[in-house]
Amino acid sequence: MTFRKYLVLGGVTAFAASGDSMLSHGMQQTGAISLHHLPRVILALQNPWVAIGILLLLGFFTSYMVALSWADLTYVMPATSAGYVLLALIARFVLHEHVSVLRWLGIALITGGVGFVAGGPEITTDSGMEAAAEPTRALAREEMLATAKSTGHDARGGVES
Amino acid sequence: MRALYTWSAIFAIVLTSVVGDILLSRAMKEVGDVGQLWKRCGFLPVVKNTLCNVNFLLGLMATALAFFSMLFALSWGEVSLVAPAAASLTFIGNAVAAKIFLHEKVDRRRWIAASLVAAGVALLAG
Repeated sequence: MTFRKYLVLGGVTAFAASGDSMLSHGMQQTGAISLHHLPRVILALQNPWVAIGILLLLGFFTSYMVALSWADLTYVMPATSAGYVLLALIARFVLHEHVSVLRWLGIALITGGVGFVAGGPEITTDSGMEAAAEPTRALAREEMLATAKSTGHDARGGVES
Repeated sequence: MRALYTWSAIFAIVLTSVVGDILLSRAMKEVGDVGQLWKRCGFLPVVKNTLCNVNFLLGLMATALAFFSMLFALSWGEVSLVAPAAASLTFIGNAVAAKIFLHEKVDRRRWIAASLVAAGVALLAG
């Protein structure tokens, strides 16, 4: 695990927590949406909180995919659930909401779970380790084309503009 | 009757999100380490390879289905039941499915981690 990989996992956590809270804040402003008032969804998109929330969740999805490209699903899931802890801490210390004893217990359990999985290896499958070590055949081909292009022998024959 | 509706909706969320996560994870393993590929081949081939991956597209569809079942479930049941129940059951479901379909070595450490997080998420709603 390099620093950059920890940064990606941190990004998954931060994007998920901030995106969810922005979206929830925005949706509370726009009001409830029922199946009979579907056009209201479009109105909700005009709310800046909702729009920012969606952008942040796109960031979440991207960093989640990057993390899954070099780590097991059973590693990424608990490691990124630290976002729940982050949300609870924001609720307590920024929004000054009351956090019950049961919730503190939940936070402790999640933190424990994250610590447990983070202490182990991030990838355990043979195919995953191979994929992490070398590119797939399709990308190897792209790479070949790129080197051919850079050395002046364009394999595709003048497609380049 | 309402409880039955709510729990079948929760089941639908868990099923679709587990299927989505498994497919997305498999897709990204097929694409390979995104950071290294980016360095080697540039940004666009990485995006193209990801978007052209069948498992990725199927996983995306399953995730979208999970999102819509969540919307339906929230209109029937209470947020404080639906959201944590779905999230913590998805954790357990993912651990089981990753072992079976992705051949991840889910050892005792990972089982404990998944159960702790699932229990913690369930408690956070309380």
